[in-house]
Amino acid sequence: MSEKKTGGQIIWESLMREGVKVVFGIPGGANMPAYDDLMKHEYPIHHVLATHEQGASHMADGYARATGKVGVCIATSGPGATNLMTGLATANMDSVPIVAFTGQVPTSLLGRDGFQEADIQGVSLAITKHNYLITDIHDLPGAIKEAFFIAGTGRPGPVLIDICKDVLQDSMEFEYPETVDLPGYHPNQNAPDPASVARAARLLNEAERPLIVAGNGVIIAEAEKELRQLAEKANIPVATSLLGIGSFPATHPLSISWGGMHGEAYCNYALQECDVMFAIGARLDDRLTGVFDTFAPKAKIIHVDLDPSEMGKNITINTPIVGDARLTLQNLLPQVDSNEHPTWLAQIDEWKQETGDRDILAQETDDLIAPYIMQQLWHATDQGNATVVSDVGQHQMWEAQYYRHTKPRSLLTSGGLGTMGYGLPAAIGAQMGEPEEPVWVVAGDGGFQMTMAELSTVAQEKLPIKIMIINNGFLGMVRQWQDVFYNQRYAATPLFNPDFVKLAAAYGIPGRVVTRKEDVYEAIKEAQATDGAYLLEFQVEEFTNVYPMVGPGRSNADMIRRPFAESEE
Amino acid sequence: MKKHTMIAWMEDKPGVLNRVASLFRRRNFNIESLAVGHSEKAGISRMTFVAEGNARDMSQIQTQLYKLINVTAVQDVTAVPTVDRELALIKVKASNGSRAEVMQLVDIYRASIIDVDMETVIIQAVGSESRVDSLVELLSHFGIVEMVRTGKVAMVRGSHDRAAKQKTAVAAYKNGQ
Ligand SMILES: Cc1ncc(C[n+]2csc(CCOP(=O)(O)OP(=O)(O)O)c2C)c(N)n1
Repeated sequence: MSEKKTGGQIIWESLMREGVKVVFGIPGGANMPAYDDLMKHEYPIHHVLATHEQGASHMADGYARATGKVGVCIATSGPGATNLMTGLATANMDSVPIVAFTGQVPTSLLGRDGFQEADIQGVSLAITKHNYLITDIHDLPGAIKEAFFIAGTGRPGPVLIDICKDVLQDSMEFEYPETVDLPGYHPNQNAPDPASVARAARLLNEAERPLIVAGNGVIIAEAEKELRQLAEKANIPVATSLLGIGSFPATHPLSISWGGMHGEAYCNYALQECDVMFAIGARLDDRLTGVFDTFAPKAKIIHVDLDPSEMGKNITINTPIVGDARLTLQNLLPQVDSNEHPTWLAQIDEWKQETGDRDILAQETDDLIAPYIMQQLWHATDQGNATVVSDVGQHQMWEAQYYRHTKPRSLLTSGGLGTMGYGLPAAIGAQMGEPEEPVWVVAGDGGFQMTMAELSTVAQEKLPIKIMIINNGFLGMVRQWQDVFYNQRYAATPLFNPDFVKLAAAYGIPGRVVTRKEDVYEAIKEAQATDGAYLLEFQVEEFTNVYPMVGPGRSNADMIRRPFAESEE
Repeated sequence: MKKHTMIAWMEDKPGVLNRVASLFRRRNFNIESLAVGHSEKAGISRMTFVAEGNARDMSQIQTQLYKLINVTAVQDVTAVPTVDRELALIKVKASNGSRAEVMQLVDIYRASIIDVDMETVIIQAVGSESRVDSLVELLSHFGIVEMVRTGKVAMVRGSHDRAAKQKTAVAAYKNGQ
């Protein structure tokens, strides 16, 4: 017979069985027994104390996106648990595997509105892939086993386990289950239907203007090699979604960058003009498509996704293929003919040229602007050899446009939920998961302030994260909308900012302010040469807008373009 | 817009109904009736529901439901031969003058009177939704005091392959095309 273990011990021992080495969390009344067990039994799991549970949840997210492994976060009941929700919703939208443990009031107090009770199973229902409320210790090992299985397989996502405090203190003879029994969940039945694959091949072979749209699913399925083989074999240009960035090297001649609301203009033209679209692991959300029924009007769309509910959810599909991205590409490749598509590629080149001519960096200016900073960051990091974690706003779009990502998992960003405050904590998680990888945060002055309390976590863990604040004195992206759609009434968007460098100094983190273009590269190099963390505050021109811009309720075809520089008009 | 009858099988665990109801609400699905109870298999509940919408909606209902970890199978039975029944309890005003007429209707509809007092009777009716509808319509002339309907339950006729049912949800996206 095995030894008796407490609920707290069972959590840590189960985590060890799942190969977990680091967790992110904050203790409180309802989960203290588990924390006590961690210290008492000296389990070899590194607990990173976050400053705010939202931070802990984004850390688990950043860890998971950077490594591909399940991230783990922990919070106490009530406010601790509700603080986790933003991070779980963020992970749920972007298919990020997380297991979250929350403490709950003792079973005897459930439903009595006692101190720090919140119905977390109810609250998290719609923003998790699955969740559990554990009121009996005998259900705990199985729930943990299932949670890791559910979070990490199929279309990944966050799973929450809410555990009553008395369950943590109770004990049982512990054995970690070897298998799961989930009659309604079959994530491994993911081979695509051969007839649909054959049909896709036929469409691609007959296409005159084919286009690949690659999303996050390609990265999750580790299908980037096969994607590249397909593109190169048939000479098909590759666009990505925002989250698909990194699935195909942005420096590849067939890359046409990414599309949608703030994607590259030439990419949007290609999306609208293609005759066959092969969308893989991209859920075709409104940011990519513009108004649904105006998207890719000339295209027969092949849609590959593991999740059947994505088929036809937003866009009418010609050939749906439910299956794993990599398996599908492997099955498809031999059936796709070598091809050239010279006319189509020449047409795209023409659009690309025009986009380049109108590029903000092609205009002469002494202003310090984010696109320039992102371009210099790219050069300074050996042309894309770093993990960049962006926050949400204008800077996020410029990062995606001007930092040319060449490998998967090198851009971590909140695409689906658009969660400001994601950047810094997610970078902490990423750095914990990949200690050798250079990790850069690119954040706006607004979003940074939402979670900047995690600077203490950076300092506490002595992480060499480099932080770039793009300070434009505004909630920039909202200001841009006010500029374009609300007659320049800047309601509640001007920011009162602290001295960011002094703020970093208070945590023992060095930094400097950059105000001139000519100092950008050297400042980045200085940050890079610093052993630990470093904060760079770039005071940029305030009123620069991100282009192109597909307005709300508009088609990608009528995006707003950057006005030509005055001298050219 | 067409009405569809669907059957969903799910693990009989706490909170599962909540998950299903929450999904219907969140995805804005238009559910007309819903009946749930035990199936022939221990630990598996069976839900019959009627939903209205276009092909995309129907495909979404099935595939989104199937994504719930506790839902084991979903089937749209609209196009297959089924037996479907609903049970209704209808309390109707039945004074001396109208009682005979009410009883005659009950006879015609093969319903039954299961409770009587001086002013009212309670009628139990079992039948297809439309049959119950038409009885209710006729009884409304006498004055319906109270009514409860279970919503329709359905079962596919004959010995259709059970395995096919398992696959329908995964294939449901095809219906949406
Ligand atoms: C948590 C949250 N609140 C509000 C928003 C709405 N929002 C989107 S972008 C933006 C402005 C971001 O400003 P800043 O962080 O300074 O970045 P910038 O756009 O200036 O680069 C806001 C408020 C959001 N995305 N997330």
